[in-house]
Amino acid sequence: MSHLLILIPLALALGALGLAAFFWSLRSGQYDDLEGASVRILDKESEDTPI
Amino acid sequence: MSCCETSTDLKGAASGSLSFASRLDEERLRAASRPLEGMQHQSDFIVADMHCAACIGTIERGLLSMPQVCSVRANLTNRTVSVVWDADQGSGSEIMNFLKRLGFEANLHFPGEATSQLVDEAGGRLLKALAVAGFAAANIMLLSVSVWSGADAETAKLFHLISGLIAVPAVAYAGQPFFTSALKALTVRRLNMDVPISLAVVLALAMSIFESVTNGSDAYFDAAVTLLFFLLIGRYLDHLMRQRARGAVDRLVQLTSKGGVLIGEGKNPHYIDLAEISEGMRLRVNPGERLPVDGIVVCGSSDIDRALVTGESNTITCQPGDRLEAGVLILTGSIDVTATTDASNSFLAEISAMMDAAEQGRGQYVGIADRMAQIYAPAVHVLALLTFVGWMIYTGGDWHSSIYVAISVLIITCPCALGLAVPVVHVIGAHQLMRRGIMMRDGTAFERLAEVSTIAFDKTGTLTMGEPLVADSDGLDTINERLAKSLAGHSSHPAARAVAAHLDVAHSVALSGVEEVPGFGVEARYRGKLVRLGRAVWVAEIAAADAANARSSGVAFAMQDEVICNFVLEDRLRPGAGQTVKSLTASGLEVEIVSGDHSSTVAAVAKVLGIEKQSCGMTPAEKIHHIQVLQQSGTQVLMVGDGLNDAPALAAAHVSMAPASASDVGRLASDFVFTRPGLDAVLTARAIALKTGQLVRQNFAFAIFYNCIAVPLAIAGQITPLIAAIAMSTSSIVVIANSMRLNFYKDRIIQRPQTNATSLRLDAASSTDQTPAGRVAA
Repeated sequence: MSHLLILIPLALALGALGLAAFFWSLRSGQYDDLEGASVRILDKESEDTPI
Repeated sequence: MSCCETSTDLKGAASGSLSFASRLDEERLRAASRPLEGMQHQSDFIVADMHCAACIGTIERGLLSMPQVCSVRANLTNRTVSVVWDADQGSGSEIMNFLKRLGFEANLHFPGEATSQLVDEAGGRLLKALAVAGFAAANIMLLSVSVWSGADAETAKLFHLISGLIAVPAVAYAGQPFFTSALKALTVRRLNMDVPISLAVVLALAMSIFESVTNGSDAYFDAAVTLLFFLLIGRYLDHLMRQRARGAVDRLVQLTSKGGVLIGEGKNPHYIDLAEISEGMRLRVNPGERLPVDGIVVCGSSDIDRALVTGESNTITCQPGDRLEAGVLILTGSIDVTATTDASNSFLAEISAMMDAAEQGRGQYVGIADRMAQIYAPAVHVLALLTFVGWMIYTGGDWHSSIYVAISVLIITCPCALGLAVPVVHVIGAHQLMRRGIMMRDGTAFERLAEVSTIAFDKTGTLTMGEPLVADSDGLDTINERLAKSLAGHSSHPAARAVAAHLDVAHSVALSGVEEVPGFGVEARYRGKLVRLGRAVWVAEIAAADAANARSSGVAFAMQDEVICNFVLEDRLRPGAGQTVKSLTASGLEVEIVSGDHSSTVAAVAKVLGIEKQSCGMTPAEKIHHIQVLQQSGTQVLMVGDGLNDAPALAAAHVSMAPASASDVGRLASDFVFTRPGLDAVLTARAIALKTGQLVRQNFAFAIFYNCIAVPLAIAGQITPLIAAIAMSTSSIVVIANSMRLNFYKDRIIQRPQTNATSLRLDAASSTDQTPAGRVAA
């Protein structure tokens, strides 16, 4: 029982971290141009930060 | 008179006086850009030809080398380029010109245009809801699995409480799209699929909280949340498809005349917005532009192209005093017009009023998903209520277990598979179409297309390319060939473009004194001698008086006192037109032509294609009427057309298609837009529509089959949370897997259209009522 007290919050915290990361990526515009991202990786000089 | 005083100005504008043009561009650009700090502005350009990493690199690095550009970001998905630039360092219109020099045609994106939102807010909200539901579903499912696999009572209780703590906020957030839609439907006393969904989710949640608090054994937290998760996937896909299709079509909307150039007493000509144009204003329209409102020509003359406005394939020449409709294309010379109406009363506005009226009928079309919902939603509610009443009688008034069973009926019947059945198939179908160069605006268009039994084609620009080609010409020696090509390059008249495309010589010749004579052609001087390309009679005036070779019609070229050379121009059919019509007739569909052009040209096309039913010289109102009469008699019509005059008919028809070359209004009125020249797009779209219809029906059949097994179990009270979870997931996966089969769809019936377009001698068929040979070279 006692290890559950650590494991469950840990599992939830990891899940929440993933959710937060997703929201951050959404807000920073990483989903705005999925097609562009897939070809930009081939361009050595391309900038990665969206405006 | 003022006419003479402006005429010098007019010449300047016609020959492309740069300062004037760029000043207007600058005004337009400022109007469309967003001001940032200082003198910085952000402008968005639509660049349709951007395809790959190299394009992005060229554009971004190219623009960054300009002094006024602070930052650039190209977006390949939206085909847009966002530029932040500083007005202190240089002009914004240079950015557009620079893009053009790089080889990319750039159009300005107006942020005010509601139809083409760059930022997709609704999609973002759905995606966030989806993420929250996914997070909650995954965590609750983990806890539920441990409960199902035999956790002891204390642990189970703890897990239920934790599940509840996750589920309540998750449902409150992720369920909003369904709750708001259900509330909206209920306030107008209707039922949609969202009502049983919302009810099942809320009731399941409420019951599970009650169970957890009162130490009950079963909780449906996982069911409530996974239900939302699956349904949100369907909802998001549905949204994504609509957004994409809409964006794709809107991107095609060229930046046509959204306003006009006002010229007035003592003031410099300046650009004004369409909304500001009022009756009596004097506007200047340059070659290559479309008239923004109806007007009367007061000064200048030009050849004009009315193909998109009336469907006439022949150009006509306008003179001062002529009345022109909004939307006509000015070809050869600048003209000044007095606006006879403001924007809200012009021909364009009249057309859109007709379209609005015609579209009402189609707005009432109910997609198969909603039709199912109309039967399904009440059935589910009645079933749950009957179960509750039945159990109350059976158990002798046991509230708790009766409600429990009734809610489990609601959960198990929840239209998970139904919610996915239609959007998944439509998304994949739309993707298949897009790969074949066809864009779709609305999911129900598939269903409507599958119901069609009559296909009405417009002629100009739809069955034909609407662009003439040189079919035959007298031989020219090299120097004359070069001369003719150089001369043709000075005009934007379709006939001149055809001649330029026909002559395959590389070197151009320097000409002096090039002048375009509207209605006749273009002339210039070469080594002191006059050269002319244009209407044959006009060219014959300067050619050697050798009557043997002179014709009364068509387009010709000659140097002063030398032999005349004739060009025979033809419109040509769209590639694959013959085959398409043949296949459509073979599969039992009625094919007919509904055209605004003269009877002789229509008959010529009909004869080549083997179409028996044809109507010609039709006004937009007559076209609508024709289609409505057909539809009232029970035959559903697919309208394929491109012009402004077709737009009301496109809106009135059961379903409609337009080529990408269509007028903006026509394109926006159609359900499908095909971007490749071949007319076989009609066949492809129909084949895929039939296939999606088949898959949707299979999915529904499966969902009904699933309910037939699960519902009796639920009514009998045999459903546990575990069974509910398995049943729901399985049904969703089966439906998605079945829909994915559309990805393997191969067009078997459709062969590649023959590359050489069938030619069509329009001049041979053209009668005497119009300029013979159709084209008057400029």
